[in-house]
Formats: sequence, structure tokens, C-alpha cells
Amino acid sequence: MSEMTIHLKIWRQARGAAKGNFETYTVEKVLPEMSFLETLDLLNEKLTRQGQQPVEFDSDCREGICGTCGLVIKGTAHGPNPKTTTCEVRMRHFRDGETITVEPFRAGPFPILKDLVVDRTAFDRIQQQGGFVSANTGSAPDGNAVPIPKIDADKAMDAASCIGCGACVAACPNASASLFVSAKISQLSYLPQGGPERGRRALLMIGQMDREGFGDCSNHGECEAVCPKEISIENIARMRREYFKGALGGHDRKAASGD
Amino acid sequence: MSTFRSHVWSSVGKKMITGLTGLLLVGFVAVHLLGNLTLFIPDRGHAFNAYAYFLEHAVHGWLILAFEAGLLAVFGFHIVSAVTVAWTDKRKARPVGYALVRNAGGKSRKGLPSTSMIVTGLTLAVFVVLHVKMFKFADHPSVVYDGKEMKDLYAVVVAAFKQPLIAGLYVAVMGMLGFHLRHGFWSAFQSLGWNNDRAIVVLEGLARVVAVLFAAGFLALPLYILFFVDPSVSGGHR
Repeated sequence: MSEMTIHLKIWRQARGAAKGNFETYTVEKVLPEMSFLETLDLLNEKLTRQGQQPVEFDSDCREGICGTCGLVIKGTAHGPNPKTTTCEVRMRHFRDGETITVEPFRAGPFPILKDLVVDRTAFDRIQQQGGFVSANTGSAPDGNAVPIPKIDADKAMDAASCIGCGACVAACPNASASLFVSAKISQLSYLPQGGPERGRRALLMIGQMDREGFGDCSNHGECEAVCPKEISIENIARMRREYFKGALGGHDRKAASGD
Repeated sequence: MSTFRSHVWSSVGKKMITGLTGLLLVGFVAVHLLGNLTLFIPDRGHAFNAYAYFLEHAVHGWLILAFEAGLLAVFGFHIVSAVTVAWTDKRKARPVGYALVRNAGGKSRKGLPSTSMIVTGLTLAVFVVLHVKMFKFADHPSVVYDGKEMKDLYAVVVAAFKQPLIAGLYVAVMGMLGFHLRHGFWSAFQSLGWNNDRAIVVLEGLARVVAVLFAAGFLALPLYILFFVDPSVSGGHR
């Protein structure tokens, strides 16, 4: 296999530092089959051998399902290919001798911890406001004991496939978290189990989203294009309906009347 | 507990205000365009002047006052909420920008119409002020139809658009209106929650049609007057 030489222009920022800067590194003997993160591993081994600080970045499963990794590669969140996470980016998508700009997800509510690692606990705090169903636990209910139309089950599953990676925020020109929050709200809005807390859920989660300092959505749709799970912006329209009904108290009245 | 006011001025509320006022403005601009079409009738401005006279005198002049007050409010809310979304909140949410930004393509709707909304919008706002100053608050010659004295607005329009600079600027701004509507029209429905995966196809198609129709309808007028109307034959010289 033909080996490649890749130049990486990487954002370096020390822990606790307010500012950072770009450093350019050269990695040799990169194979086209290697993943982008393996190329960063190769660079880090070299930096460690040279006694320098390795480049810090997040990754966990490295098979596109956990949502831990996340870099802006060549100006696009999760790299140039659609429907993929950063760990699924392969070096065959780049040219030999190419200089690749690597940046962290940038948003005020995602402060940089070090180099390319950002703090995404803002998402957790939004989830804690209502991204769940309050129900007594116990033995698992029988399958199909609660009838759900197939189309609703499918839409709920599509929304539930969000892995919370934060690429939507990174790609949004306004740094809005609307796609993430809408996926979490939509998922439960399609299912009867999510019914009783519908109105409150939208109000509380969106309230937290705003308090965290995420921007407002301008309907550019860039989020959907970079989303590794292809979450549709129709969820954002649905989220706005949920919010509107919640603000008017519609859902909660309905729940109270046992409808 | 959250209050009604915090809901109205939340990230979702601001978008709903922008979308709703945007659609109201589309309605206004549609009626305005239909009125303008009377200028194409080769009657030396009779129909246009009579239409303007009707608007100014309907319900003893109260109709136009009510509409002007409403329009002012709609413009105000549209501008304030949109500037908050696309300028102040945006800058707060990403204090440090990217060194390199590329559009993702694919299903993304990001493009020149969507990224230039703030520019085209603010240009249109400045245009509206100048436009009102030029046509509403200018000195008008009079014309008499069947013994009734009316303002000869037609003469004002012809005099303005016979100047290539004004006609050219007007055409450019109407092009911007087309761009603004190309993103704004379908986006308003999305902002109000009136959208899903099937509707978006129809709404985006409609946005293209509305953008082209409105831009073409408005910018045809100055070109028509500049090239095809004889200024010596104004409504006042019968």
C-alpha cells in the first residue's frame, strides 16, 4: 500500500488557558486504510517519544456509536463525509501531502478543556431537565401491551438514534443546540409513555438550552447534513410545536383530563 | 417557574415571532405588488392614482392609518427578533470562531440566501425608509379626474425611475428581496413548527417560486418605466 505524508494543522490549547493557537505537525507512513484518529495516535506516539505533550482528543468506541469523538476536520464537523462520526473518517479521503486543519467543536457552552477536548456536559444538564420518562420501574412490560402506530415508532426510533455528539452545535453557524434538543423532545413526544410530561419537558429543556448560552436556530440545516445519525430538522419543527403547546398549557391539560 | 414573557423571548419564541411577522410582511408585499401592477396599465397613471386615492381615503382615512401602525409594529418585531437571532445571540454563542468553515452540502440548506439574511434584511429595512420618504412624504403634483383632484403619484414614480441610478438601485434591492424570500419563506413555516419531511419539499419549491415572482414583479416596473414609458405623457398632462 502506498504510504502517505500528512500535515496536520492542529489547535493546541493548554488546560485552563483562555487562548490557544495552531501548530502544524507532519505525520509520515500514514496508510489510506487508517482512521483519522489512528493518524492522531501515530502523531502522539511520535510527540511522546520526542518528549512533547501529545495532542489531547476524545474517543471511546471508535465504531461510530458512542458519540464521544468529535473534531472539525477541514472545516466540517466529523470530517468531509456525511453520516459518519470522526472515528469513521479514513485517510483515503485525503491526498498525499495534504495539510488538514483540525479544530475543536467551537461553542461558548462547549468550553475547551485541552487541545481538541471540549466539555459537553451542557447536554447532560439539558437532558436532566426532562429528557426522560418518570415511571415506576419493575418487571418489563409485555411486548405490544401498549399499541403504538408503526410510523410513530419509526419516527421515535429515528429521533432516538441521536448519540449526543454535539456535531450539530459545532456545524451550526449560530452554535444552536436545536437539533440535539429536538431529537430528545421528539423521541418521547411520539410515544404514549412520554405523554404526561410533554408540555413541561419542552419548556424545561429549551429553557435550559437557552440558559447554557446556545444560539438560536436560523434554519440553515447544516446540522442535519453533518449529523452522523441523519437526524432530520423536521424534529426542530416538531420541537417548536411542542414548545408552543407547552407554553399555552395544552399538553398538561390534556394529560390531566386523562385524554 | 418560567413566565409567559420568558417563553415569548426564548430561542423558540424569537423564531416564531420572526416567522409570523415574516409571513405577514409577505402578505403585505404581495398586496403592494398587485397595486404596483396597475402602473403597467397604459392609462397614464389613472388606475394607479385612483388606487392610491382609494387607499388614502377608505374609511375616512382610518384604514391606511391602522395598516401603517400595524406594519410599523410588524417591521419592528421582525427586525428586532431577527437581529437578536442572527447577530447578538449568534456572536455570544460562539465567541471564538473557526479558522476554516466549509458547507457540509448534502441535506444542508445553508447557502448565500440563508447566510446573507441579515445583510439583505437590513438593506431592505434601509430601502423601506428611503422608499417611504421618496413616495409618501414627497411633494406631489395634482391631477384632476372627472372633477376630483388627486395626487399624481404616477408622475412621481415615473420621474424617479427615469433616473437610471434610482432604477438600478431599486432593481438591485428587489434582487435582494428575492434572496431574502428564497430562505425566509420556507424558513418561516419551519420556525412556526408548520413543517415535516414531506412538507419541506413543497415549501422549498414554493419559496423558489415566491422569490422569483416577487423579485421579477417588482424589478420589472423600473425597467419598464426606464425603457418604455415616455415621460412627457404623464398623468398630469391630459
